[in-house]
Amino acid sequence: MTDVAVKKPAVAASEGGMTYLESIPRKVVVVYIPLAIFVFVLLFPFYWMGITSVKTTEELHAHRGLAALWVYEPTLENYYHLLTETEYPSWLWNTMFVTVTSTFLSIFCAVCAAYAIERLRYKGSRMVGMLIFLAYLVPPSILFIPLAIMVFELGIFDSNWALVLTYPTILIPFCTWLLMGYFRSIPYELEECALIDGATRLQILVKIILPLSVPGLISAGIFAFTLSWNEFIYALTFISSAENKTVPVGAVTELITFDVYNWGGLMAGAMLGSLPVAILYSFFVEHYVSSMTGAVKE
Amino acid sequence: MAIASQTRDAEPIGLLDRLRNNRNALGLVFMLPAALFLLVFLTYPLFFGVWIGLTDVKVGRPGEFIGLENYYWLFEDHVFWLSVFNTFLYTVVASIIKFGLGLWLALLLNHYIPFKAFIRAIVLMPFIVPTVLSALAFWWIYDSQDSVISWILIEAGLLTETIDFLGDPNNARASVIAANIWRGIPFVAITLLAGLQTISPSLYEAATIDGASEWQRFRHITFPLLTPIIAVVMTFSVLFTFTDFQLIWVMTRGGPINATHLMATLSYQRAIVGGALGEGAAIATAMIPFLLAAILFSYFGLQRRKWQQGGRDD
Repeated sequence: MTDVAVKKPAVAASEGGMTYLESIPRKVVVVYIPLAIFVFVLLFPFYWMGITSVKTTEELHAHRGLAALWVYEPTLENYYHLLTETEYPSWLWNTMFVTVTSTFLSIFCAVCAAYAIERLRYKGSRMVGMLIFLAYLVPPSILFIPLAIMVFELGIFDSNWALVLTYPTILIPFCTWLLMGYFRSIPYELEECALIDGATRLQILVKIILPLSVPGLISAGIFAFTLSWNEFIYALTFISSAENKTVPVGAVTELITFDVYNWGGLMAGAMLGSLPVAILYSFFVEHYVSSMTGAVKE
Repeated sequence: MAIASQTRDAEPIGLLDRLRNNRNALGLVFMLPAALFLLVFLTYPLFFGVWIGLTDVKVGRPGEFIGLENYYWLFEDHVFWLSVFNTFLYTVVASIIKFGLGLWLALLLNHYIPFKAFIRAIVLMPFIVPTVLSALAFWWIYDSQDSVISWILIEAGLLTETIDFLGDPNNARASVIAANIWRGIPFVAITLLAGLQTISPSLYEAATIDGASEWQRFRHITFPLLTPIIAVVMTFSVLFTFTDFQLIWVMTRGGPINATHLMATLSYQRAIVGGALGEGAAIATAMIPFLLAAILFSYFGLQRRKWQQGGRDD
């Protein structure tokens, strides 16, 4: 952190603004040290998760204190065990299937709804826009009991479809709200030209609006993907058999064996379950941030 | 093209054509998929849940309408009141600290720093990693025997024995609140940072020339201009903290002796684990008034934003 600070003056001169008013030692104390502490605290649990997941059980018990912060004989045994001797691969598959299906379903519904609200401006569209925002604020923890009964009566209890059909209720309001903002920024003139040339509304949506809002679609898609990968309470309630569980539910209910805590295996499960979203996120950070802040700014 | 439209004009305009050009009819068609999902799996269960709360349905047994009996029961139930107390404690303490630390982190990130984009990206990690999985990591960090925090504090000579993070009621409360704060800071910080970046630097320059101190600049420029976005961010934060389920369920399941039961976890405990669907639904329904209060707060926060920004009146 400090050697970065030393290099600063040259950059600051070109950066302009009021940065020249800040002395370097002061900036180290006021900015860099607190920031380093923040970053350390926010990332430490992941480090600890990762380092524990590559330790053998013997090593886990051999070192305590500062010595435990490093791994001396790294092993992938925990991961190997997880992928070959537990139901973990099928949880990964279930989570992937449910997440991808519900994300695409939600994006489709959200595109149609956002277009209708923002562009067709039918009677009452503003009201519906507001209701969709309110729907985003309805938390799953007050819906899971009635939904559990409904899912049971529909005969889809303990199947992926229970999740595919219920996750969109969390995703659609958010995606619609986000896409409304994107559609609003596309000039009306484009659409009017197309209408004069005889295009139908569907053609306008597919050939003009959608290509212009690709960044918005990616943002909504990424955010929807992480939201449904993250979902827990519906999956915990609607799924009962071990092979149908999603990664979060499987990790909590099946990997915890209460007689001997298998910390290495548990952390490997947590690590492996976090990887898909972490990788996706690392490719689309900007889209993700814009969708997160966009939803608040609208 | 011209010929095509001429021939089309000559044809009598059918009902289908008229519908195709009617905004309201088209709007209805486009809204249909989203509306179906939201009405069937969101609006209906919302009211159905209130109804279940008025019955004595149990798992595997259809119930009868019993009026407000569930609520009378809950009113007498000290565990329910404890969960209400815990929910408020959890929400208030976690939200205030999340706001304070989040704002601080946002202000830090708003300085000119090298690798800013990278730092912003890794700071957001706690928010994107599935809560349940990071809660498992916290559970391990909070282990009563092998906690890394205890180890290091003992090694540093600050402690003589391990801390029982999740076994003692008050420790457990503090521990789950800390985990919630850890997860919530990035969201608050990154959204507030987006707000900070919209504030024009010339305002700060003008204030500095007028001799304003750093605190005065924060108090009279940053804070007022940030208020609208703070209102929205904090409403979201409060709402999601209030209805939290995952963190608690993974780390303590409401224990020890119900000290960390929130209304959501108690509702799950009674309805799904205990099978008393009616009672669980009543607990869930009891959360609605608080949520409505938070949403109204958000609505007025949003309203205020428009006139403050000189009004994009849409």
